[in-house]
Amino acid sequence: MKKVKGFWIYVVLSVVIYGVVQLLINGGILNPFYANTLIFIGINIILAVSLHLVIGITGQFSIGHAGFLAVGAYISAIITMKFQLPFPLALLAGGIVAALAGLLVGIPSLRLKGDYLAIATLGFGEIIRIVFLNIDYVGGASGMQVTHLTTWTYTFICLFITITVITNFTNSRHGRACISVRENEIAADAMGINTTYYKVVAFALGSFFAGIAGGLFAHNFYIIQPGNFGFLKSFDILIFVVLGGLGSLSGSVIAAILLTVVSTFLQDYPETRMIIYSVVLVLVMLYRPQGLMGTREVTDLFGKWKGPKGGNSYGK
Amino acid sequence: MGSNPLLKVQSAGIQFGGLKAVWDFNMEIHQGELVGLIGPNGAGKTTCFNLLTGVYVPTEGDISLEGQRLNGLAPYQVTRKGISRTFQNIRLFNELSVLDNVKVAYHSLAKHSIVSSIFRLPSHFSGEKEMEEKSIEFLKIFQLEPYLYEKAKNLPYGMQRRLEIARALAAGPKLLLLDEPAAGMNPQETHELMELIAFVREKFNLTILLIEHDMKLVMGICERIYVLDHGQLIADGTPNEIRNNPKVIEAYLGEEAAESHAESSPN
Ligand SMILES: Nc1ncnc2c1ncn2[C@@H]1O[C@H](COP(=O)(O)OP(=O)(O)OP(=O)(O)O)[C@@H](O)[C@H]1O
Ligand SMILES: [Mg+2]
Repeated sequence: MKKVKGFWIYVVLSVVIYGVVQLLINGGILNPFYANTLIFIGINIILAVSLHLVIGITGQFSIGHAGFLAVGAYISAIITMKFQLPFPLALLAGGIVAALAGLLVGIPSLRLKGDYLAIATLGFGEIIRIVFLNIDYVGGASGMQVTHLTTWTYTFICLFITITVITNFTNSRHGRACISVRENEIAADAMGINTTYYKVVAFALGSFFAGIAGGLFAHNFYIIQPGNFGFLKSFDILIFVVLGGLGSLSGSVIAAILLTVVSTFLQDYPETRMIIYSVVLVLVMLYRPQGLMGTREVTDLFGKWKGPKGGNSYGK
Repeated sequence: MGSNPLLKVQSAGIQFGGLKAVWDFNMEIHQGELVGLIGPNGAGKTTCFNLLTGVYVPTEGDISLEGQRLNGLAPYQVTRKGISRTFQNIRLFNELSVLDNVKVAYHSLAKHSIVSSIFRLPSHFSGEKEMEEKSIEFLKIFQLEPYLYEKAKNLPYGMQRRLEIARALAAGPKLLLLDEPAAGMNPQETHELMELIAFVREKFNLTILLIEHDMKLVMGICERIYVLDHGQLIADGTPNEIRNNPKVIEAYLGEEAAESHAESSPN
């Protein structure tokens, strides 16, 4: 019962955050630059949390996440720009096609483990990018014009859905199955868990939300180019997850916020940005090799909500 | 032994490259038996378990449970058919709680779908609740209830072994395979383990196949014993027959038989 209370606290908190920001934007207190930064933070959190499901929960070291971001971005842009269909539909389509791409990439590559999986996903990510690079329909290297449709409201709704769905998935027998794969694949298999199935499910679900993020990302600029989705973008997302602490959803959220803020304010000094980024990473590796949050969640810090990991939930 | 055996292995074997790790392995286990599998280091005992559980696909021969062929099934499918196991080197889900370790084993008994979990439909709640209640009930039997929310990795060694057995049983096996359950245990813990094995066997109407180096344990609780040496069965029979089998004594028991006599006689 107390977990039901936790869920409502989460909902109320979300509504308050959304409402306050929206009021600030409407009242002109937040200038467009800050508003845009907030949207960008939201998109990055979605990316971080979706990759967290694959790496942090299921333990599959995938480093080609930007590929699915690209799929979502291009598909949604095609839907709004070429077919003039509504934006929410475009977001959904981007997510679905990205999930299909996730299945296509995941089914062969998730047979691999460790370094091999990392290299395969990296390669697939690049392949996706190069495919878009060579399709004239979406503008090839010069990119594709996109209308600015992404708002704080769209971003926040998507963010809320992403976190809710991934948390609900994680805190169920399905999420537990994924964690058991991460913890010991041989034992999970011996306990009757179809490990391949769960690896693919987690991968496709992660790709789906990366695709949604792609739709928001594309419509937050005026142009998208294949260059936006290179492996450096994949590494940016990977860093959120690792820095936040493998296995901690709130850790990846916090890391995404921190790093987006840092890099936004250092945008005009790209060299300094890379230096500071590296310094932050080196410091974390030295002093908190398990990441900012380790495997814990923010809710663990409040004694009341403390519970076993992986099996509990605010919904129960 | 007129009835059909629960497990039947017919000249199963496996090669790794050129190495024949196990070959011409035959075994019949009947419902309710407690059978031992012994042999010197590297004899191929764990490899046999891996064959039975689908970790390795036999390159020759047949394995069947209750008349159903198991060859070629993935380990998770074999588990669902009714064989579950523990590992020589403990394989728990370390970062998960004791409770969640057991819940994982209940995974395929619950039926709520991914969609129902994501949307928190009623079937999610009832399914999860049932899993939780069953798991707690189960851990009570193994006296692990005080540690429900402890991470598995934080348990002392003996309790980790106990949890691993509990987890294997939660998967609902007809045949339980234990790979050196007493390895690394002190005599007191070994004694408790033997009692535990006898107890669960009774309670769950189980059939057990057990690999063990501790001769006293094997001879003490097993009704029949298979002896493996260099990948081949060299004997099977009752503990007494094995004890006095010249082949076994030569291949393996020599020193240890003497040891176990020395251990059991004075005291
Ligand atoms: N995957 C594998 N690839 C190659 N050789 C293997 C493989 N698995 C086992 N072997 C070999 O098969 C033989 C039997 O090993 P196994 O682990 O079954 O022995 P064991 O009887 O369980 O020994 P122990 O008492 O030490 O546990 C060994 O020579 C081992 O090196
Ligand atoms: Mg062994």
